[in-house]
Amino acid sequence: MGRPPGGDGMARLTIPAEELMTPGHLGCPGCGATLAMRYLLKGLGPRTMLTVPACCWAVMSGPFPQTAVRVPFLDCAFEATGASIAGLRAGLDAKGVKDVTVVGFAGDGGTIDIGLQSLSASLERGVDAIYVMYDNEAYMNTGVQRSGATPWGAWTTTTPVGRTKPQEKKDIMAIVAAHNVPYAATASIAFPEDFVKKVEKARAIRGPRFFHVLAPCPPGWKYPPEETVRLGRLVVDTGIFPLYEIENGRYRVTRKLGTRKPVSEYLAKQGRFGHLSEYEVAEIQRRVDARWTKLLTLEKATEAIE
Amino acid sequence: MQAMLTGNHAQSLAAKLARVQVVSAYPITPQTTIVERIAEMVASGEFPAEFLEVESEHSALQACISAAAVGARTYTATSSQGLLLMHELLHWASGLRVPIVMGVVNRAVAPPWTIYADHTDTVAQRDTGWIQYYCESNQEVLDTVLQAYRVAEDFRVMLPAMVTEDAFFLSHTFEPVDVPPPEAVDAFLPPLEMPYALSVERPARFGSFMPPDQYMEDRRNVSDGMEAAARVIADVEREFAERFGRDHGGVLPLFGCDDADAVLVVSGTAASTARAVAREMRDEGLRVGVAKLRVFRPWPVAAIRAMAAKTPRIAVLDRSYTFGFGGALFQEVRNAIQSPRGGALVRGYIAGLGGRDIMPATIQGIFEDILAKDAPEVSWVGLREVTEWPG
Repeated sequence: MGRPPGGDGMARLTIPAEELMTPGHLGCPGCGATLAMRYLLKGLGPRTMLTVPACCWAVMSGPFPQTAVRVPFLDCAFEATGASIAGLRAGLDAKGVKDVTVVGFAGDGGTIDIGLQSLSASLERGVDAIYVMYDNEAYMNTGVQRSGATPWGAWTTTTPVGRTKPQEKKDIMAIVAAHNVPYAATASIAFPEDFVKKVEKARAIRGPRFFHVLAPCPPGWKYPPEETVRLGRLVVDTGIFPLYEIENGRYRVTRKLGTRKPVSEYLAKQGRFGHLSEYEVAEIQRRVDARWTKLLTLEKATEAIE
Repeated sequence: MQAMLTGNHAQSLAAKLARVQVVSAYPITPQTTIVERIAEMVASGEFPAEFLEVESEHSALQACISAAAVGARTYTATSSQGLLLMHELLHWASGLRVPIVMGVVNRAVAPPWTIYADHTDTVAQRDTGWIQYYCESNQEVLDTVLQAYRVAEDFRVMLPAMVTEDAFFLSHTFEPVDVPPPEAVDAFLPPLEMPYALSVERPARFGSFMPPDQYMEDRRNVSDGMEAAARVIADVEREFAERFGRDHGGVLPLFGCDDADAVLVVSGTAASTARAVAREMRDEGLRVGVAKLRVFRPWPVAAIRAMAAKTPRIAVLDRSYTFGFGGALFQEVRNAIQSPRGGALVRGYIAGLGGRDIMPATIQGIFEDILAKDAPEVSWVGLREVTEWPG
């Protein structure tokens, strides 16, 4: 990472000190999505314009006339974030404002489910903007209903124990990659340096850029708020949510894992997986192993791409 | 300069003359030629706008809303199903106070599939906070788009506006149109000034959550903007007339209404037919008049009442339906003149749905019906007798 050593012998953080997210937001204690916004804005700086559909952040930023970010914030329709970033970009271009980064910031449901059409269209048309999906793996703002991003076997209020989610989580990164975008990356709120570095890199690229940010949710995942960052690490170190980027089609794992931690360590900390049998945990491990192998294969297969 | 233009090309040309900065649209018959012509003009460089070929009408309007939120002048166009898909965003646009102008080619609603004219698509959007103009000629289309920007962008109003034209009767019919020189349009319509436009220099949030102690005041504010639009529409048309030497009669242009035994209220292209019929009937000594509802939102209640005060009988022609009691225009006219002292008798006539012609005989029949003592409250005019459905 090339960190300059600090005077006390500890590594100095490379994260910008400027805070563009303010205290006083309405997020739950331990909310992963607050960290997602905070680090994102640190990486982007003040010349950023946000558009946010219905999601936790539409509430967390506070009621009128308050706002919890120091950048412009345009609320948009639930399913239309992709169109909203296109409109902001076009409007700013028409007014000759070229140095402002346009960002769509949407939840997993607003991206993977109801917003997939406008996201896909904005990627296909090459809209010069950053789209960030903060993923808490269900409709948390409405009270923990299943989304296309909910993992296999997870409890939600619409997939109760006895009928937990029988489908896999939708692979949004593969969908985005299929649009041949210049840049797409995963990030976890527990690895802020990796996240901010990717954001700074993305900011300098023109064209459609995408982030899939995992944001643990204490009430939705049923764990104590102080475990958020620990879960954000475990989900990466088990290989369930690998950190990687795709630059012009080239895959690169940004956190290499020698031995991956067993998925049981991650699952056992969350009430939403409390009902899983040993057999089901083994099945999840098998699927995670297969996806990890696939990712390394993609990395290897695309390494020659410039 | 005189040009032969379809209603659709009058829309495209007006958008160019208005120096629209962002156009975002999705194709639907019979709106397509509006956007195709804009695409050609953007490609040739004569219309320097950002042009977004989005994937749905829903996204078309969202893109306009977001572009307008940073202060760009925006235009879109749609029809029928496309307008219905936009419904959610229609509310977003008025709630965010962005002055978008949209051309709507009035087309009937499916199922059954049809591409022909009626007004159900726009009448069904009457509660979305959009100004609604209904046009009768291609000249009126061009002039009204220009006027609509002035009204929508007036700081007392700041609401989006629809400029409608009947499918095919205007959209695909050529008429001579006087096209004003660009300098004259520039003098009439200066660039959009939106002091509260989103900018990084002055970070703010548009569209925040509002608790119950704020929401009602916000709605009232939108309502006040719509009410102000009634006055601004009149002022803008007066100024337009001074600059360009023509007008289209305000919100409710009247023909023969001062001494009428019966007045027909009508909107869109059927108004031309209605005036021709009224003229002939007047020549024969029958005192009938025509009130063209040019603006449906804001609802021109004062003009309706003034007209109604001079006539004992009013027929309202709805080229749309509500599945309630009579058409929407009928309900609203009757509601506007409701008074404890009685007032004019109002009867509703539903006609011309799904592109069915409204012929001179149709209009004459309505006048004869309203002049008769025992006209039913609501009639469907020109229905064919269906004795057996195929199959």
